[in-house]
Amino acid sequence: MREIHINDIISTVESLFIDANLNLSENMYTAIKKAIDEEESPVGKEVLRELLKNADLAREEKMPICQDTGLAVTFLEIGQDVHIAGGDLTEAIAEGVRRAYRNGFLRKSCCHPFTRKNTGDNTPPIIHTKIIPGDKLKITVLPKGGGSENYGEVRMLTPSQGKEGVMAFILEMVLKGGPNPCPPITVGVGIGGNFEMSALLSKEALMVPVGERNTDAEMADLELAMLDAINKTGIGPQGYGGTITALDVHIKMAPCHLASLPVAINIQCHAHRMREAVL
Amino acid sequence: MTAKTGNDAIKKIETPLSDAVTASLKAGDKVLLSGFIYTARDAAHKRFSETLEAGGKLPFDIKGQVIYYCGPAPAPPGKVIGSCGPTTSSRMDSYAPGLISLGLKGMIGKGKRSEAVKKALKEHKSLYFGATGGAGALLARTVVAADVIAYEDLGPEAVMRLEVKDMPLFVINDIFGNDLYEAGIERYRR
Repeated sequence: MREIHINDIISTVESLFIDANLNLSENMYTAIKKAIDEEESPVGKEVLRELLKNADLAREEKMPICQDTGLAVTFLEIGQDVHIAGGDLTEAIAEGVRRAYRNGFLRKSCCHPFTRKNTGDNTPPIIHTKIIPGDKLKITVLPKGGGSENYGEVRMLTPSQGKEGVMAFILEMVLKGGPNPCPPITVGVGIGGNFEMSALLSKEALMVPVGERNTDAEMADLELAMLDAINKTGIGPQGYGGTITALDVHIKMAPCHLASLPVAINIQCHAHRMREAVL
Repeated sequence: MTAKTGNDAIKKIETPLSDAVTASLKAGDKVLLSGFIYTARDAAHKRFSETLEAGGKLPFDIKGQVIYYCGPAPAPPGKVIGSCGPTTSSRMDSYAPGLISLGLKGMIGKGKRSEAVKKALKEHKSLYFGATGGAGALLARTVVAADVIAYEDLGPEAVMRLEVKDMPLFVINDIFGNDLYEAGIERYRR
């Protein structure tokens, strides 16, 4: 049994959210840089250059890459031999979020669904927990903006719709979003499981670095086929027309019920913010 | 009617916008905007609409002005404003035609507008500009002054008057009915 004090969790969560929001990851920076070379539209190239310049400025001036610093999505992988000491784990995450959004000058974007009254400190965070072997705690934060999240959907396809049905659904969602989710996007697809599991798989798919392929050959082929199809839509950077609409497509799959084919699509904007730490 | 998607000439324009200026721009043009603009998003637009319905006055004279669909991040110490990129414009579509008819000459945001908005743009010689979504730090650099002028209780959704210098924008919908999104996708679809 290893003890991890909540104070370490609070400070880690605080620094992860600030770091994620201010500093574009190397993976995304490189992906956008590569897209500048590949993009055929001059306006598209110009937009992509603005995005790199924006990332540089955000880093230098310690400003958020995007003003929509998102809801505080947090993934925890808790080793089963870990004991959390000093207080409530959920409250510790919330306190880390509170401090990050206050001390990092991040926008608080969390509100009541109907009255729209802001909760004031960007809490509560959205926490997903997994118990894993070992005595470590892995914290991954994924502050996610509203513009791209609005173009996600879970759909219960029929088994007969199969792979073609999944492909048509992905393309339909990308076309529906068009310029709104801030392309170039990355697309996370969760196939199988059940209703809620497909949604979680689609979010986890977004956590795979750009350029990395599914280990299952059929899924890897599907990822590449969809990336190609999406980039043929012509939507382009910021939707102004072009050949780079998506930087990547990631698929996560799980077995599902005999009667179902659940599919979830979660779209991420070019300001894909994510950081992780292991305690 | 085909919109230009080239980027050959960057035009400098200033607010308030005149009909002569709005008539000189075409979808696809890159412009650098200077002068005063006003931030307003969902909650502020709802209040504008309620105020007008009750026979009241808007918190600023809208004639010739430009509204920026933006809810900035808080300003860090020593900065005029925090990160301040555009939000999705379509959520303001139901309010826009009314404001355009009152003299609003430009809107800055991201994403497609409704047919009703595009019709109002043509009818009243007004423009819809796109700022690069997610380029909040870059856009913040073009803001020289920022003051909350109304609805302070709305926090990031309060109405701010921003003084901008050379804010980089693309004309998306012009007064001739052209649409950069449609023209762009048409040109690059395979």
